[in-house]
Amino acid sequence: MKILIRHGRIVDPASGHDAVGDVAIAAGRIVGLGQVSAEFEADRVIDASGLVVAPGLVDLAARLREPGHEHEGMLESEMAAAVAGGVTSLVCPPDTEPVLDEPGLVQMLKFRARNLNLAHLYPLGALTRGLNGEVLTAMAELTDAGCVGFSQAEVGIKDTLVLHRALQYAATFGYTTWLRPNDAWLGNGVAAKGALATRLGLSGVPTIAETIALATIFELVRDTGARVHLCRLSSAAGIELVRRAKAEGLPVSCDVSINQLHLTDIDIGYFDAAMRVTPPLRQQRDRAAIRAALADGTIDALVSDHTPVDADAKNLPFAEAEPGASGLELLLSLALKWGRDDDVPLARTLATVTNAPVAVLGDALGSLAASAGRLVEGGVADVCVFDPAVSWQLAPAALRSQGRHTPFAGHEMTGRVVCTLVAGSVAYDAAQ
Amino acid sequence: MQRNPQLNAHGELIHLLSIEGLPSPVLHHILDTAGTFLSVNDREVKKVPLLRGKSVFNLFFENSTRTRTTFEIAAKRLSADVINLDIARSSAAKGESLLDTIANLSAMHADMFVVRHGESGAPYLIAQHCAPHVHVVNAGDGRHAHPTQGLLDMYTIRHYKRDFTQLTVAIVGDIVHSRVARSDIHALTTLGVPEIRAVGPKTLVPGDLKEMGVRVCHDMKEGIRDADVIIMLRLQNERMSGAMLPSAAEFFKNYGLTPEKLALAKPDAIVMHPGPINRGVEIDSEVADGSQSVILPQVTFGIAVRMAVMSIIAGNVA
Repeated sequence: MKILIRHGRIVDPASGHDAVGDVAIAAGRIVGLGQVSAEFEADRVIDASGLVVAPGLVDLAARLREPGHEHEGMLESEMAAAVAGGVTSLVCPPDTEPVLDEPGLVQMLKFRARNLNLAHLYPLGALTRGLNGEVLTAMAELTDAGCVGFSQAEVGIKDTLVLHRALQYAATFGYTTWLRPNDAWLGNGVAAKGALATRLGLSGVPTIAETIALATIFELVRDTGARVHLCRLSSAAGIELVRRAKAEGLPVSCDVSINQLHLTDIDIGYFDAAMRVTPPLRQQRDRAAIRAALADGTIDALVSDHTPVDADAKNLPFAEAEPGASGLELLLSLALKWGRDDDVPLARTLATVTNAPVAVLGDALGSLAASAGRLVEGGVADVCVFDPAVSWQLAPAALRSQGRHTPFAGHEMTGRVVCTLVAGSVAYDAAQ
Repeated sequence: MQRNPQLNAHGELIHLLSIEGLPSPVLHHILDTAGTFLSVNDREVKKVPLLRGKSVFNLFFENSTRTRTTFEIAAKRLSADVINLDIARSSAAKGESLLDTIANLSAMHADMFVVRHGESGAPYLIAQHCAPHVHVVNAGDGRHAHPTQGLLDMYTIRHYKRDFTQLTVAIVGDIVHSRVARSDIHALTTLGVPEIRAVGPKTLVPGDLKEMGVRVCHDMKEGIRDADVIIMLRLQNERMSGAMLPSAAEFFKNYGLTPEKLALAKPDAIVMHPGPINRGVEIDSEVADGSQSVILPQVTFGIAVRMAVMSIIAGNVA
């Protein structure tokens, strides 16, 4: 199938290319970019006049709920949600049931995803067996099966000795460890510590839960030389520690979710369980620091932290409600909304969801590393075509994800995906 | 921001979920109405027909004999039919979800739910999901609110002190885990009390309570000096020894209300307690039974205040 995308504004954050032109695609790869020869005979022409042609989005945190939580999401529904959101590559954490600690499970997941022919799936393996924080997993075998890194998801490792050894072992083979900085004892609450949690009588997570965990991780990184990706930062103080660690040259990267980028604890209002997310929403000054750090590159990537949750698990008192929100279909719009609100140039905005997350993945992507998250001639044709100007109101019922819970219900969204190509095939077309 | 769910479009009270956000006239209206019901309690036939034919369901997901009994008495004196459900030992134990329980009871034509629940915010969830004609009264949710206790405390203070705007009120004990303290603080600030002190160790009275408009005191003597009203809170058994406090005896040594400490307050200061009291833990028997104690009148006023709340919300429509 040969496809020609015509007259679009081609924005490739990695190369800095930003000009109106055409993209020619054949045999799954980009064969022409900018000026396309008139001799290229396309089977299908996509008119992108007035639209942006960007690399397909790369989401470093999306739960697909398989295996084990099929009542909350399945590969079919969640991968369809991904491409509807322009996401062509996604990383899923290992907190499934059973957890991704066996190569067979990872192979099965990769196999199921490949057959769907929607987005590329990159699983994270569990760092410890059953995520129990005690016994290391077979990291080399899991890597051979397709894991791009190792994570403790939301469970955390309480035992510093085990964490130290896990980082030593991962460092031996150059694997990246993905950790959410959260002290297991201080980090147990359901809302951020502060005036709102105090007023509503909700147990609060203090900022020191994040900074203590970060301080521990940085000491272990200094000692072991392990490469660590820090997931879902939530506080201004935490970001400041990351800034200093990066300045020192520690091999660390980090991400933040769309929830923390746009919301604060005030949005909890009268115990709105849609706002029950992990980490908990913090205050205005934390959100301001997150937005600034994403713009200046201290925070490498913006993620959806997509977590479909079913109604039975959400329609509960706030503290009992399952944390999480659907976000794959909102990642692009919420990135664009941030860019517009904070005057971030379009290429820089898109970098946080394209080439910057690919840099976090690094060598783990194998042959795709050279072209994922970017538009290059000869590269794999993962492309997102979107209308940057359109404004729309989010109706949760219209989401493709099986999870219909989002803190952004009724919010005005900026920009919308028109068409998504994965490896040169149309995986999503808004007109159909 | 959504509208305060306990008020209708005219600003009238349709549920009582929290004192926070209720304007001063609404609070005074409840207290005035409670005053008219006090005389009912002194009559030979202690009944008025305001809720005749209505069904009030007491839904207690957490055990409480005292609060449930006072709600039951209040509803019966308003001529309502009262159904007590001890959910802690029935449906929830069988795995039924909170909203399924509510749906089932609504199908039995409930008119009002009086709800106690261990999780903050549970009555909000119920109010959002029940039929428009059904009213919800929060009888205590997690650490969040216990609005009828807050109102009966205000009734008590108004009864003995008349004017809120000159008072110093000290609340002593485990404030951070107390729904009573939160409701009292919201009510006192709304009614114009100029000085509200939260007194206790840093584990039970953290500095960020200041954000609720109180003065945080870690020294008991400083906290109750020249106070007009002292509200002692019950110390929960599970907090008497552990990381919050080393022992009940040490708590009593520092923060227990003894006649010597009470002497630091104004001579006409009143001593309140939401009950049940722990003698020798937060309060000395001599104080609890002494002339400045108004702990038992609080219980009497509580019935009138709950009658007032139920009759007012039953008369307003969503």
